Amino acid sequence: MAMLEPVHPLTPKSWYLPSKPHKFCPGCGHGIVLKALGENIDELGIQDKTIFGCDIGCSLLAWNFFACDSTQTHHGRTTPVMVGIKRSRPELITVGYMGDGGGYSIGSQHLLNAAVRNEKVTLILVNNTNYGMTGGQMAPTTLPGQKTETSPYGRDPEQTGYPTKGPEFIAQLTPDSAYVARATVSKYNQLKRFIRNALRNQIEGNGFSFVEVLSTCPTNWRTNAQQTWRFLEDEMEPYFPVGELKSPFGKGDK
Amino acid sequence: MTGNETAAWAALAAGAEVMFGYPITPQNEIMHYWTRMAPKYDRGFLQTEDEISAGFTVCGSVQSGKKAFTATAGPGNVLMQEPFGMAEGMRLPLLAIIQQRGGPSSGTVVYSQQEVTLTTFGGNGEGHRIVYSTATHQEIYDYIIKGFNTAWTYRFPTFILGDGYQAKMREPLELYSPEDKGIKMVEPYPLIGLPGHIGEDREPKHLCNIYSLEEELYEVVMKISAEYEAISPELTEYQERECDDAEIIIVSHGVVSRAADDAVTALRAQGLKVGCFRPITLRPFPAQELKNCIQKSGAKKLLIAESAYGQLFRLVRQEIYGETVPMETLFMPGVGIIDYDIMSKIKSML
Repeated sequence: MAMLEPVHPLTPKSWYLPSKPHKFCPGCGHGIVLKALGENIDELGIQDKTIFGCDIGCSLLAWNFFACDSTQTHHGRTTPVMVGIKRSRPELITVGYMGDGGGYSIGSQHLLNAAVRNEKVTLILVNNTNYGMTGGQMAPTTLPGQKTETSPYGRDPEQTGYPTKGPEFIAQLTPDSAYVARATVSKYNQLKRFIRNALRNQIEGNGFSFVEVLSTCPTNWRTNAQQTWRFLEDEMEPYFPVGELKSPFGKGDK
Repeated sequence: MTGNETAAWAALAAGAEVMFGYPITPQNEIMHYWTRMAPKYDRGFLQTEDEISAGFTVCGSVQSGKKAFTATAGPGNVLMQEPFGMAEGMRLPLLAIIQQRGGPSSGTVVYSQQEVTLTTFGGNGEGHRIVYSTATHQEIYDYIIKGFNTAWTYRFPTFILGDGYQAKMREPLELYSPEDKGIKMVEPYPLIGLPGHIGEDREPKHLCNIYSLEEELYEVVMKISAEYEAISPELTEYQERECDDAEIIIVSHGVVSRAADDAVTALRAQGLKVGCFRPITLRPFPAQELKNCIQKSGAKKLLIAESAYGQLFRLVRQEIYGETVPMETLFMPGVGIIDYDIMSKIKSML
């Protein structure tokens, strides 16, 4: 019997293959975001000078995802670590990777002030409306009525406020040289373009670059494939509008 | 000049490339002097949003190969324990100058020796840190220069533990370039952002501080512990005076050791057999050296004197475990101790 040739899926050159297959749950959106990032690193030719920093939470599972130099940090502290590196070595391309808990809650003071200072770093924040790694607690981005482990009867905005709209507030804090966008894993080409713009903005030395990416978490949402996609497209995307909020590269893309 | 000005000059002379800081009294003037000098000497500075950020930006900066430092005090030192923990776990050559203020809480902005426990064993780790407790402005200058070399040689977070009195008072000292004294400064080097093409010239560098399995972390901590213990004998520093025949040995550190030194002079003039021992490194602690002092003198008592309520005392007790010499204490948390205080206490012990 003839041996079948194993099938090697196409992967970005900047992926670190010994760490594949990756460790994210089935149905998780992180892999899509990291594919878009990897393809952009390849196409921009920045693999050797990219520093990938990952936060604590599910994003830390990406710590050895790329064949780029990388560092782990603490929960919420990726932003200042990237700022420290970028200010010390401006020739490096620093990419901070975090979740909505790390960026909007425990690290919000860093995100806000880095944006105000227009730090020349690129931050990618994956919004899956909950704390995935710690077991599905309420996040700043949990939707009204959404059930999580710490909002078991549904998030009550009277008690805990409304979901954080990160790109909207960051757009208010930054000058025109910043890049601010929200993408979704359901629109891959747009996601890839936004991440590319966020990298390009740093490469050109313009200013702060931030992309929030709406993503999926079927494990903690306790959803099947169809329910997962429905929650992303029909619940999250209407609340968190996708598009470029601020771009030095011309008119915003909705 | 003041101790804070001294600290800024020392960092400059040591070749520090960038400071990340956040205002808190009594360390502010380190930033004030640094920000005045930095542009003239092509050095960097960032005032961060808080001490957490100051510590983590230093972590990032040293990872990228720059000689970076910070300075803080009191509640700021509390906030910086998180990045200090990262520096311990990832073996980052971070240098922090701590100018102790009164505690707990916001305490006072003035002075104390109440950040000994925090600086030596703060964080969720094992105290794998190197802590120099200075007593004079000359030492602030000397040990900051030495501290950068210690940090970059051994890659353990390194602390210069001063206090509000040392920060604010004025004292003469000699400023110098390290090379004029034959001190070779250790060149910093990057841990990430390395040269060469990944996949051709080298593998990517993935720095790690979180582990999936207990056994993985165990291996890491045991390795760090073994390395720390191996270098400890060459790092420990101390001073002793008049201990050979001392019936009472005063143990103190930092600025209080100056009062102890004066007290020994005065008491010896009165014919009393008193000596003093001062750990310069609080981590690693010169335990064997203190034990030797106790044994060779046959001291009948130790007096632990500190501007805290037992932080040095606890450190000494654990470090000289097994010694049976009785210990008395002079605890004056958050206030200064002068020779008279120590002499009065000694006389009450006779």
